[in-house]
Amino acid sequence: MRRFLSATGALLKREVVRFLRERNRVFGALAQPVIFWALFGAGLRSSFRPPGGGARLAYGEYFFPGTIILILLFTAIFSTISLIEDRREGFLQGVLVAPIPRASLVLGKVLGGTTLALAQGTLILLCAPLAGIPLSAGILAGSLAVMVAVAFGLTSLSFCIAWRMDSTQGFHAIMTVLLMPLWLLSGSFFPAAGAPAWLRLLMAADPLTYGLALFRRVLYPAGGGATAGLPGLIASAGITIAFGALAFGTALALASRPGRSS
Amino acid sequence: MAFPMTTPPVVQVEGLLHDYGPRRALAGIDFFVNAGEIFGLLGPNGGGKTTLFRILSTLLRPTAGHASVLGFDVARRPREVRAGIGVVFQAPALDRKLTVRENLETQGHLYGLGGRGLRQAADAMLSRVGLSDRAGDRVETLSGGLMRRAEIAKGLLHRPRLLLLDEPSTGLDPGARNDLWEQLRELRARDGVTVLLTTHLMEEAERCDRLAILSRGALVACETPRALKAEIGGDVLAIASSDPERLRPEIERRFGGPVSVVDGVIRIERPRAHELVPAIIEAFPEQIESVTIGHPTLLDVFIRKTGHRFWGEAAR
Repeated sequence: MRRFLSATGALLKREVVRFLRERNRVFGALAQPVIFWALFGAGLRSSFRPPGGGARLAYGEYFFPGTIILILLFTAIFSTISLIEDRREGFLQGVLVAPIPRASLVLGKVLGGTTLALAQGTLILLCAPLAGIPLSAGILAGSLAVMVAVAFGLTSLSFCIAWRMDSTQGFHAIMTVLLMPLWLLSGSFFPAAGAPAWLRLLMAADPLTYGLALFRRVLYPAGGGATAGLPGLIASAGITIAFGALAFGTALALASRPGRSS
Repeated sequence: MAFPMTTPPVVQVEGLLHDYGPRRALAGIDFFVNAGEIFGLLGPNGGGKTTLFRILSTLLRPTAGHASVLGFDVARRPREVRAGIGVVFQAPALDRKLTVRENLETQGHLYGLGGRGLRQAADAMLSRVGLSDRAGDRVETLSGGLMRRAEIAKGLLHRPRLLLLDEPSTGLDPGARNDLWEQLRELRARDGVTVLLTTHLMEEAERCDRLAILSRGALVACETPRALKAEIGGDVLAIASSDPERLRPEIERRFGGPVSVVDGVIRIERPRAHELVPAIIEAFPEQIESVTIGHPTLLDVFIRKTGHRFWGEAAR
């Protein structure tokens, strides 16, 4: 067990050290969502109709939790895309011939991505009051837990996609057609209320919808317009955790299959 | 063989076969490697070396047959095999963004080392490969030769009994190549490490204790380099000509066979072949551009054993 933790910890640490040495990655994962938030927040301010019908929720505030989820998603993508580089450059082979369980490899990578996502998400979360969302110690603690759960699931999902890929271009394609829609449909960007029925169906099927609902319910413990019409707290938490477990289990199963024949 | 047979082989391969879909990469091969040997797998690219290497390093499960390393079956007991081998891949497995020391530390944690023991092992290995003064530098700033040394330090950190190296000389200049071999020999002498390496370079194959020649997935020879060359005996004439295909049967008719053409060069291999030189030149003054005479090399062994020549391809 000690050995398992030591190996996992070493791989996690490597993820963090690498990240800090690649400044443009810090910039990429953080800056784009913030730019989105600033531009969409300003552009959609007047045309936005909040879900609860109340007029007091500004788009900048509505979009804020979604922006943080987008940061988690981008960080997950950037940290697992390195799997493809690791495979190409050979680092991964070195880990694969080490006498460690595959769970250690997967967990190191996923926890590494989760740590980075959490750090960046927290940085933006601290700006919540600027978007009109007051923070308290309780809200902060709850939000951290939500971010960990969501980031863990997204990094695991991203791991599954990256594991079999041999080019980063291929990954970018999947990111555009699968991962971005996952985020777009989660209620980050527009509320389900007012969307056509087929779109609402898609949104209900999107696991990230529940991560976002959970996030909003934690950010607004008193409820109100921002949480109107969202899935309940327990259901959201359950689905988010189940999704994380499923994605991680799949990543583990993929990585444990012996002998890639390439 | 001069090696005592009291210890079991470090590597034992029996009827090993591997298919990639319909393509057969290894066609059932057998060989063994004794403790303390430096054993080479020689062959052209695509001959099956890399497949064999991946099976022995537990990255690939064989389709059929059996391979054991340090007494453990590679397919059934990969964890035990992994704990006892050090692997140096052709593509550097170092993280270029980390320093040399950070790479060794990460590696140590993967092999159950930690704390002071790990620091001491890393220090010892760094000074062993002469990288102590570069320990704090990022790998991406090292030259190719130093990178390979760091790679070997990484592979040896946990003191494996068997070191597997895939094309270790690739990308190294002759000086760095000599360094590498110094280190491999010292490793064997000091720690009794067994070394198995793949190569497509004759010059490198020459330095191994024993060689297995792989061609089209089959093992065509397994011997010491000296014994392989002795099998050929005599001299080798290489004749360059503007029309080798037409000249070949003419020479054969006049001087007896066998005479072969490999990559556009006519080759005659027999005892006292040098005595033929004046006669051949006089017989075909127009068609012959040059005649080279030499002792048999591993290349000649390879040509004899496989009927084809991979020099041009391998020199890429």
